[in-house]
Amino acid sequence: MNWISNYVRPKINSLFSRREVPENLWTKCPECGTMLFHRELADNLNVCTSCDHHMAITPRDRFKALFDGGIFTEVKVPEPLADPLHFRDQKKYPERIKAAQKATGEKDAMLVAEGEIARTPVVCVGQDFAFMGGSMGMYVGNAIIAGAERAVKLKRPMILFSAAGGARMQEGILSLMQMPRTTVAVEMLKEAGLPYIVVLTHPTTGGVTASYAMLGDVQIAEPNALICFAGPRVIEQTIREKLPEGFQRAEYLLDHGMLDRVTHRKDLRDELVTILRMLTRQGPAVKGDLPAPAAETPAAPEAAKAEAARK
Amino acid sequence: MNYLEFEKPLAEIEGKAEELRALARGNPEMDISKEAEALDRKAESLLKDLYKDLTPWRKCQVARHPDRPHCKDYIDALFTEYTALAGDRNFADDHAVMGGLARFNDMPVVVIGHEKGNDTKSRIERNFGMARPEGYRKAIRLMELAHRFGLPVITLVDTPGAYPGKGAEERGQAEAIARSTQKCLEIGVPLISIIIGEGGSGGAVAFATADRIAMLEHSIYSVISPEGCASILWKDAEKMREAAEALRLTAQDLQKLGVVDRIVSEPVGGAQRGRKETIAAVGSAIEAMLKELSGKKPVDLVKSRRQKFLDMGSKGLAA
Ligand SMILES: [Zn+2]
Repeated sequence: MNWISNYVRPKINSLFSRREVPENLWTKCPECGTMLFHRELADNLNVCTSCDHHMAITPRDRFKALFDGGIFTEVKVPEPLADPLHFRDQKKYPERIKAAQKATGEKDAMLVAEGEIARTPVVCVGQDFAFMGGSMGMYVGNAIIAGAERAVKLKRPMILFSAAGGARMQEGILSLMQMPRTTVAVEMLKEAGLPYIVVLTHPTTGGVTASYAMLGDVQIAEPNALICFAGPRVIEQTIREKLPEGFQRAEYLLDHGMLDRVTHRKDLRDELVTILRMLTRQGPAVKGDLPAPAAETPAAPEAAKAEAARK
Repeated sequence: MNYLEFEKPLAEIEGKAEELRALARGNPEMDISKEAEALDRKAESLLKDLYKDLTPWRKCQVARHPDRPHCKDYIDALFTEYTALAGDRNFADDHAVMGGLARFNDMPVVVIGHEKGNDTKSRIERNFGMARPEGYRKAIRLMELAHRFGLPVITLVDTPGAYPGKGAEERGQAEAIARSTQKCLEIGVPLISIIIGEGGSGGAVAFATADRIAMLEHSIYSVISPEGCASILWKDAEKMREAAEALRLTAQDLQKLGVVDRIVSEPVGGAQRGRKETIAAVGSAIEAMLKELSGKKPVDLVKSRRQKFLDMGSKGLAA
């Protein structure tokens, strides 16, 4: 496979500058109604400073906050066939794709990156709910496979942030086939003895939950994230009764034994590193914000360096 | 015979022939043989016409026909010494999923499948073929058993999808489906799958991530039901015909996409009009597919099974 690696410049078109109009300097928290100033909200990783409600964050913004110095290298995702079924509902599928690309500035609903978090080399895969509901089609499948192959090649753990309404219906059966395809990616990591951590974010539903998003060695969710196979509305229609408060939310799943942890976004970075370094038998991490790595540093000497730093 | 909506003209003709014969039974002096035969011929050619070029939506209706042979019918007819093995060792036994040891042409195998039931009582007991997490977990257990003892696995897929219920979600339906798919990709024994009716979404994938996948001529396999797709993308559940068309869920399209390896022919008028022939044809397909895989090493089976799925999506359909 041909990997093009280039350092990503801090993008100007971040979440807020994309909508240029002044009134968008303020965002109303959908949970508590507090008006939040954009910079304050961005500094808090899109978590409401008043009620801790976790709003959506793009993979790019998340990665900037996650990787040391905000620096990461994008992993190239092989392009799938465009519109293999010639799908058309009220709109043509290629038109929907183009509109989503224009709105998000991204190619599709998954971003794959490699870099270091607290000097711990990782591959990260992040799903973008803003791109057609994060839906899983060929591109998303290819992205997860590319991420796993890269992780295996570099002998690094993989972290995946899920966010999706489910499979991308416009790719028909081929979207469904991403369930086994992405499971093959999980198998690659498993067989290479590499940790695979899933962070489920709001919402993760349908075929995504029923494949790679539930197969992590460690399963973490963000607070109050909706995580399910069948959505609450479908269930209410089927069983004709009201579902209990908090049903299918992260805390409910934790209570029912389906998750390892529910973790606030601000604590995720430290927690991921802590877990990964133990699973890969490295010394404790250097906590806190770190500048970008000076140069390409291979994975192996990292542990030794961290070891030395502790002494 | 349960007639489908599009078979109404056929029902009328066959009804007339039936009436005529009933009349003649009451009046032995009446000679109706010519008229009745003419009606029969008419019905026969109409049936052929109706089934010559079924639209995707009509195929959905045929695939869901209550008189089609179901999993249990295939197991009873094609396997001997079927010995059901029940339970997920966790919570319950899911009656929507049949499974156990059996012999196919004397060879011991593990057979697993969704069973929809064939009357009100058995349909409720089988939950209309909609598995709960325990069904997938039973399947996982049986696939592990097959792997440990070197027995091929045959799965028969016929489900509208996973059950959208409260308990099913609480007990980790998504995880159960994911683990079942994962198990399909791990076992070092031949794994073949036949979609005999409805291949509904994740509930089907959990059993059909196989070395060889066959579909009955009028069965369907889809990411979502046409009704569900229509209500989401068209905002109108009545647009299921359009959705069925767009989803490309027929065996014929899926073979072109490289998702399905083989199509098993159904008699004229669908499997519901020739249950025996259909079951026999599925039996031959199972035999042929097992033969294709026989003698392969476990590691090679796993490797090529994974590659098969990695390669999917490289072929599109013509415009
Ligand atoms: Zn708030």
